[in-house]
Formats: sequence, C-alpha cells, structure tokens
Amino acid sequence: MTTVSSASPGLSKDVGGVQGNRLYGPLPDVQGEAGYEEDHPARVGFFTDTSVCIGCKACEVACKEWNTLPMDDSHGVQNQMGLSGMSYDNTGQLGANSWRHVAFVEQSRSVDLPMPTFGRPGDDRTDTGLAANPVSPDADSVLNAQTNVLNAEALSQFDPQTGQSGADKQIRWLMSSDVCKHCTHAGCLDVCPTGALFRTEFGTVVVQGDICNGCGYCVPACPYGVIDKREDDGRVFKCTMCYDRLTDGLQPACATACPTQSIQFGDLDELQARADARLATLKGQGVETARLYGRDEADGVGGVGAFFLLLDEPEVYGFPPDPIVTTRDLPAMWKAAATGAAMIVGVVASAFVGRRRK
Amino acid sequence: MSAPGSNGPTGNEPAGEAPLTPGAGWHRAAGEDLTNPRRRKRRKGGGGGGWGSGRREAAMVPDAEFSSYYGRQIVKTPTWKNPEVPVYFFLGGAAGTSSVIGALAEFTGRPTLARNAEYVAGAAALGSVVLLIDDLGRPERFLHMLRVFKVTSPLSVGSYILSPFSAFTSAAAGVRLLELKPVMGVAAKVLPFLPKLAGAFPFLRKASAVGAAAFGGPMATYTAVLIANTATPSWHEAHAELPYVFAGSAMAAGGGLTAALTPVAENGPARKVALTGVALELAAIQKVEHGHGLLSEPYHEGKAGTLLRAAKKATVSGAAVTALAGRWRAGSVVGGILLAAGSVMTRMGIFEAGIASTKDPKYVVVPQRERLQKRQAAAESTGDPHEANSVTR
Repeated sequence: MTTVSSASPGLSKDVGGVQGNRLYGPLPDVQGEAGYEEDHPARVGFFTDTSVCIGCKACEVACKEWNTLPMDDSHGVQNQMGLSGMSYDNTGQLGANSWRHVAFVEQSRSVDLPMPTFGRPGDDRTDTGLAANPVSPDADSVLNAQTNVLNAEALSQFDPQTGQSGADKQIRWLMSSDVCKHCTHAGCLDVCPTGALFRTEFGTVVVQGDICNGCGYCVPACPYGVIDKREDDGRVFKCTMCYDRLTDGLQPACATACPTQSIQFGDLDELQARADARLATLKGQGVETARLYGRDEADGVGGVGAFFLLLDEPEVYGFPPDPIVTTRDLPAMWKAAATGAAMIVGVVASAFVGRRRK
Repeated sequence: MSAPGSNGPTGNEPAGEAPLTPGAGWHRAAGEDLTNPRRRKRRKGGGGGGWGSGRREAAMVPDAEFSSYYGRQIVKTPTWKNPEVPVYFFLGGAAGTSSVIGALAEFTGRPTLARNAEYVAGAAALGSVVLLIDDLGRPERFLHMLRVFKVTSPLSVGSYILSPFSAFTSAAAGVRLLELKPVMGVAAKVLPFLPKLAGAFPFLRKASAVGAAAFGGPMATYTAVLIANTATPSWHEAHAELPYVFAGSAMAAGGGLTAALTPVAENGPARKVALTGVALELAAIQKVEHGHGLLSEPYHEGKAGTLLRAAKKATVSGAAVTALAGRWRAGSVVGGILLAAGSVMTRMGIFEAGIASTKDPKYVVVPQRERLQKRQAAAESTGDPHEANSVTR
C-alpha cells in the first residue's frame, strides 16, 4: 500500500479544529490531505477567460489528438457524426470522449435608441443593481462613450434573422471552453469504490484506467456532469489535465493550443491572482456582467482547479449556478440509513415478541 | 490579455481594446435571452421571458423560469442499468429483512418460517450479487470493489455489506439444502466428506443465519444512500427520507414474501413486519413526493409517477389483504405477493424519478438559483455581500 490515499480527506480528523469533517469547505492543501509528502508540487489548474475566447475549438481538437479520444456526436454517442442543429457547437457537452467543450451562446439585447422604453418585462432584472439601459447619467463618461459607439454601430446594422432593423437590437456571442473542474472536494473521487479515481500530486483528479471497473457511480456524482462512461469500453473517462504531460513538465494540450490565452494553465494561486486582476480590468472597462465562476474556495465544492471568467450567469453556459459536492450531506444519509437499519431489526424483533397465535 | 499591468478603473486599457472587448457596454440580454425562445420552440411548455424570476412558489409549478444552455441537461444521467439496479434494491431489501426474520425464527421455534426466510434471503442475496456484477462496465473486475474501503463511497461500504451478507445468507440456505436427502446424495458424490459434517449442520446454519442478520438491516438501507449520495437532483434532495422509505419497503417485501411462503401458524411475525413496514414506507415517501417543491415533481410525472401510483395501490391493497385476511393462507399469499410487487415498483419509480430529474436542466438550475438567492439575501441582511455570492463573484 502506498501512503497516497484515494479516499476523500473528508473523514480525516481536522487539524485546525475549525470543522468536524472536511467533506466540504476550503482546503488549502488538497495534495497534503490526500497523503502526499510536504514537498509535493504546487496545485495547478486552468483559468478559462471566456471574454477572449474566439470559439476556434483548437482546445477540443488538441485534446482529442493528444488523448486519442474517439469521435462522438453532440450527444456523446461514440463513432457517430451529427450536427447539433442549434449553433456552431457540435460537440454539445462534456463526456467520456469530449474533455473540452466550447459552448456557443448567441444573445441579443435591445438598444434603447432613439426612444427609451419603459416597463418591458425583465428590464429591471439586473443582478448588478444598474439600470438595463447602460447609457445613464450615473455611468461614467468612458462607459457612455463606449456604449454610444456600439449603439452607432448597431444603428447601421440589419439583422436578417429577425427581419428587424438593427437599430433596436444588438447581438453578441458568448463562447466558453468547458472542462473538468478538478474540484477541491470532488464528488467523483469521493464516491469511487475502487480507488480508480485518485488525487494526483498536482492536485488534479484522474481516473486510473487499469483499476476502473465501470460501476458508473462517479457519473451521477459529478455536480457538473463532466465524467461519463464509454459504453463500448465499459469504463469512465474524463479530463486528466494531461497528467502525462504535466509529469514531463509540459502544459496541457488545450492550453498549449489556445491561440488567445483564453485557456491559461499554471499554479492555481497565480491563476487566481491573475483572474482577480482580469476581472478588475473588465469591470473597469464597464463589463458589469463579468464574474468569476468556481474561484471562491468557500463554495459548495471548496473551489475548483479549473475556474472561469464568465460574462453571464453560469447556467447560460450550461454550468450549475450553485454546485455542492454530494458527500457534504453524506453523514446525514449514513445516520438515516443506520436508523432505518436499526428500525428493521427492532420491528422484526418486536414482531417475534408476545403471545404466539396458533 | 493575461495579468494586465494596469487594472485601473478606466482609461488605462490598451488602445483599441475597450470597445472591442466582448461584453464592454453589454448587459445580459434581459428579457430577450435567445436561449429561452429557442428552448420554447423545441420543448413544449418551456419557460418564457428572460431568466431571473426563477421563482417557484409550490410543488408542481409547471414552467419555472430559468436559463439553460439550449435546454440541455447539466448533470449526467446515471448509467446504471434499468430495471436491473432498482430490482437489485428490491432484492437487497427483501433479503435483508428476511435474514433478520430467519435468524429470529430459528431461535423461537418456527422452523418453517426460518427455512423459508433463509431461502428467500439466500436466493435474493445471490440475485443481488449477480445483478450488481452484471451492472459493471467491466464485470471481470468486480473484485476491485474490495480493493479499498471508503466511507465516502456508499458503493464501497455496500460492497463490504453485500459480500459478507451474501456469503452468510447463501451459507444458511446452502446448509438448508444439504439437509434435504436428495441434495445431500448428489453433493456427497462430489464432496465425499460432507455426510461426516452433517452433525454440525444445525450449528453452521444458525451461526450463518445470525451472521446474515447482522448485515441484514444495513443491506436493506444502504442502497438508499447509494442513490441519494449523487448530484441527481430529486434523489439528493430526498436524502434524509429515502433510507426510511427503503427500510419500510424492505420490511414490506421481506415480510410479505416470507408470509406468503409460510403457513399461517408460523407467519404471524412476518405479517406484522410487513404491515409495520408499509406504515413506515407510506409515511416516509409522503415527504419525498410532496415536501421538496419542484424536486418532488419528477415523482409524480411520466413513468415514475405511473410506477409510484401503481406501487401505492399494490402496497395499500396488499397491506389491507394481509391485515384482514392474513390469517387464512390464501390471504397471506395474495397479500404477500401484492406487497412484494409494491416494493419492486416503489424502487423502480424512485429510480425513474431520479433519471427524469437529470434530464431537464430546470431541476438543477431553479433550486440552486433559489438557494443562491436565499444565501445572498441572508448575507445582505448581515451586511456582508461578499460572503454570499460564493460561486460567482
């Protein structure tokens, strides 16, 4: 037996004395918790900045090439070719054969020129507290100038899809390269009964193909819907963050291929600092909808190793808005199951007590 | 793009970048989100308008408003085989309860009840093992289940429950079989030393029955933890009640089956177990089906709804027949079979409900969005907005 445990750190006794268990919450040293010696490498990760993603899918191709993933259609059916029919996205989802997936979301918005409109449903729905109309006396002059430029552009455009004049409508594309999050508290890792899933020295989560027996428990355990079973093979597959490349000092294939640095690979600490700076820049430029997703270590999965800068709500990109690792509630479940089991024994025992009817 | 040297509020951005930066000056398409009209076209009765008012006042709100990525599911649907896995849950429950009944019958002078309970437990446990191995993507690697022991994995814990349980129950049932003369005759030809051990058979059988009974309760309820400990919305949400539903359903099945097989002179305890089980199951499933708002919805709709309604009819009528006519053999048999049928349909219905809850993103987005808003509201009231928005910030 090695000292490296495939078990979750969840049931290790808390050293800091803050929590009784560590099934969720921040975990400063995930590798240390998994049993690695103190001199393990730093935790690495991806920072995917969707604001500079151009939807080229180089990451998808590089990943398929490097990891020799089979072809699949937009529903993950292997060796099938099929267009999704919904956008430029024909990959559709993450799965056993697609470890990077570029989402394409086309959005429109009304431009409140020349006449401002009032009372439309949704106009007052902003999570930033700003009015829907970006041109407001409260906004700073640079923002107003930028918005006016965009509105001027919009005025000269014509949108053939709706048949409306472009004067009152603007279109934007959101593109985002999704990947396994390599969670601090990984549901897949917690529930794996064989130890096939394990925490690497880099803090990532990897499936050992020679151990996995295809029980499939990790598939519904992932709150992001990342890992899946390859039906003809019987085992599960997901992003390894190119574990083989990392051990040789290389960057993952997707990050290497990304032409816009939308996918940034590095030490997680450094990426987090970089992301915070990038967010501040975007906010300063008036991109009020920019936000980091998975960055916060106090979230339901203890923060993730692959986090994102998004320009809209997470669910618009297909992310769960508030994921929680399922094992957070496991102590309550075991308690209920133990009570239930005791009830069975108690009920049966009491049924045998008493007068025997003939 | 990365790590810009200047991240001042305005004016310091690289020339030409600002107007071209995606999102600059753009707001989320409030009320005009194209992902929703699309969704409406492809799915009947899809949510309308923009995201944001993802409110659900009560259960069975037909169309919750929310955004999603082209209506695609977020969490993956379990790859477990259907109906093999729910049938395994049923067999595990029936075997678990029967093993406890068998052990107690051994020591209270009910030889027929003990024999039948041990046969039921042994057969159902062996069936469980077969179904569980068959469900593996790589069945030849089933022993990898015993490679590690992880409390965080209900399937790992379950493997360490099922292994000794099936060994003990099949040992008890096997000794029972060897006590039959024809079986012993055949077995003695293969293993000539067997007749010499015949004197130890009663002890071996009773010891095995006690061993099996020790694992019987956990065997019946761990499967509820197995499904609740997933990101499958309608299973996870009901995680506090499902173990009791499974315990009740297991008692109904195990009690019902052993009562059906055993003459009324001895099956009294089995009937009592079954009736108590029905009461527990019906009480516990009430919260599952009605207590979780939107996430209770899959338990009423489609295949799951049909199965669970049929299960309730079978369970209630089985309990009625057992209670009123259980003292006649025919009543015991009919009641027991109905109870077992109810139990198997309960497991299948719960399984289907979980499957359905993975297929529509609303079961992921709406409750999570609501949870997030609740947390934000709570944090705002305590004056710390940064604490609240824990996923995005």
